[in-house]
Amino acid sequence: MSEISKDQVKHVAHLARLAITDEDAEQMTKDLGDIIHYAELLNELDTTDVEPTTHVLDLKNVMRKDEPRKWIEREDALNNAPDTKNAQFRVPSILE
Amino acid sequence: MSVFDYTLKELQEKLHNKEITVTDLVKASYQQIEDVDEQVKAFITLDKEAALEKANQLDQEIDQATNPLFGIPIGIKDNIVTKGLRTTCASQLLDNFNDPLYDATVVQKLKNEKTVTIGKLNMDEFAMGSSNENSSYYTTRNPWNTDYVPGGSSGGSAAAVAAREVFFSLGSDTGGSIREPASYCGVVGLKPTYGLVSRFGLVAFASSLDQIGPITKSVEDNAHLLQAIVGSDEMDSTSVDVERVDYTEKLKNGVKGMKIAVPKEYLSDQEGVNEEVRQSVKDALKVFEDLGATCEEVSLPHSKYAVAAYYLIASSEASANLARFDGVRYGVRSENATNMIDMFKMTRSEGFGEEVKRRIMLGTFALSSGYYDAYYKKAQKVRTLIKQDFDKVFEDYDVVVGPTAPTTAFKVGEKTDDPLTMYANDVLTIPVNLAGVPGISVPCGFSEETGLPFGLQIIGKHFDEQTIYQAAYAYEQATDHHKKQPSLGGAK
Repeated sequence: MSEISKDQVKHVAHLARLAITDEDAEQMTKDLGDIIHYAELLNELDTTDVEPTTHVLDLKNVMRKDEPRKWIEREDALNNAPDTKNAQFRVPSILE
Repeated sequence: MSVFDYTLKELQEKLHNKEITVTDLVKASYQQIEDVDEQVKAFITLDKEAALEKANQLDQEIDQATNPLFGIPIGIKDNIVTKGLRTTCASQLLDNFNDPLYDATVVQKLKNEKTVTIGKLNMDEFAMGSSNENSSYYTTRNPWNTDYVPGGSSGGSAAAVAAREVFFSLGSDTGGSIREPASYCGVVGLKPTYGLVSRFGLVAFASSLDQIGPITKSVEDNAHLLQAIVGSDEMDSTSVDVERVDYTEKLKNGVKGMKIAVPKEYLSDQEGVNEEVRQSVKDALKVFEDLGATCEEVSLPHSKYAVAAYYLIASSEASANLARFDGVRYGVRSENATNMIDMFKMTRSEGFGEEVKRRIMLGTFALSSGYYDAYYKKAQKVRTLIKQDFDKVFEDYDVVVGPTAPTTAFKVGEKTDDPLTMYANDVLTIPVNLAGVPGISVPCGFSEETGLPFGLQIIGKHFDEQTIYQAAYAYEQATDHHKKQPSLGGAK
């Protein structure tokens, strides 16, 4: 496993849609570095032939009928929105 | 004697005999909150007007009531959505989420059982933390000594029960978030088997680990509350359709002949288990043996890898789950952005606290291209080994017993500097979530130095909550720990 750099931290912040100041990136580089370093403990274990856990119980293909049903009304769904227009969610411009 | 001294069963008798009314109970809850919550700070939102109205309505129905939870005041952790009642996850990002559109399945089930919701309980933001210090509002205090943390993340849920502000509460447990605060606050808290209780309406942190569970003063009450919330749910495809059992049925059967496994790792210095806690667990084992159980040392050899695997897995899942908080459909949107990507970034950066951001970052990194195999997949493989440790022990034993946490509660501010020190608190609870098995914490003693309580953890096989309760009840009845109360003032 490898160290994490400040540039990587900034890239990860972008992927996670978090704004990060240079100062915060510094601290985050240290914090993540420490946690990743700690996680290297796992490399003590040979897991070559171990299957990763996908689910703790033996559940497969849980299905239900694909039927329309009454759920949340449009006007209710807009109740908690920061900004709406014409019965839709409104966001800042997407294209510059 | 106050109404809070009664068990659920006694309360039902008194309600039916008209010795007390639901309104009395609800008023007693709000009175106690008024008297002590300035110190404890367990609640974020109260719902007094609606609760009193509901109580009044239930008082008309008492003659037809048959339910064991009828009219009982409860508190709900603030990451479980309640229709029309503010649900914040203790995050500034959801500070204005005043009108959730539906009830979580567990809340709907409790409404069907005719309980009364008193309010929403404080927690670590988005359930990420072990001390409640990550709440963006204020830190809930330990009712036994308010200089100390109540544990987390369900700190408000455990403290409110210990402080007798509600009769019981719901919490959620991803890596110990019900059991650790139950241990620190001297109450009973169960993390059910993964899949036993519907997660629909629980704001997701780590979907493969999260479970909702009951926090109560006694084991018997805990079994009644679990009974009310279990069941498969078509709104949660990970909930499991298991045969319905009565959780109080085997409660009083005792532990004669029960085979108890004691993992040596859970009593080891290596995991930071302190002497007092170790001794109290040994005393508890003696109690079990005196009651006719056999206790034998076993090994869960991969225990020491659990915390590392957990933080990679839980953070990875959190990074995906928390992507929904983008300031579009709900939540507090940043007013400082002019385009959409910046709006996402600024909303999230201004709304999330430090620990939440740290875990989103860790998870995003662990899932990112080039690192996935080394971190996330590796952790999921180690998870398999941890699960196999339990499978093997449960071939020969009925339950696994050890401490819930390595120490009693620590002081507010004592562990906030280093995230890894804080994570180490959960070393004995995390393996249980990784394996998906159920575990309970019951009071098992008090520190001589600080007077703070600590808990005994009893872990069972998948869907074998009955046996956990059987062991926990036998231990509780043979000891006096659960009878002690914090001296906060208010109801005596």
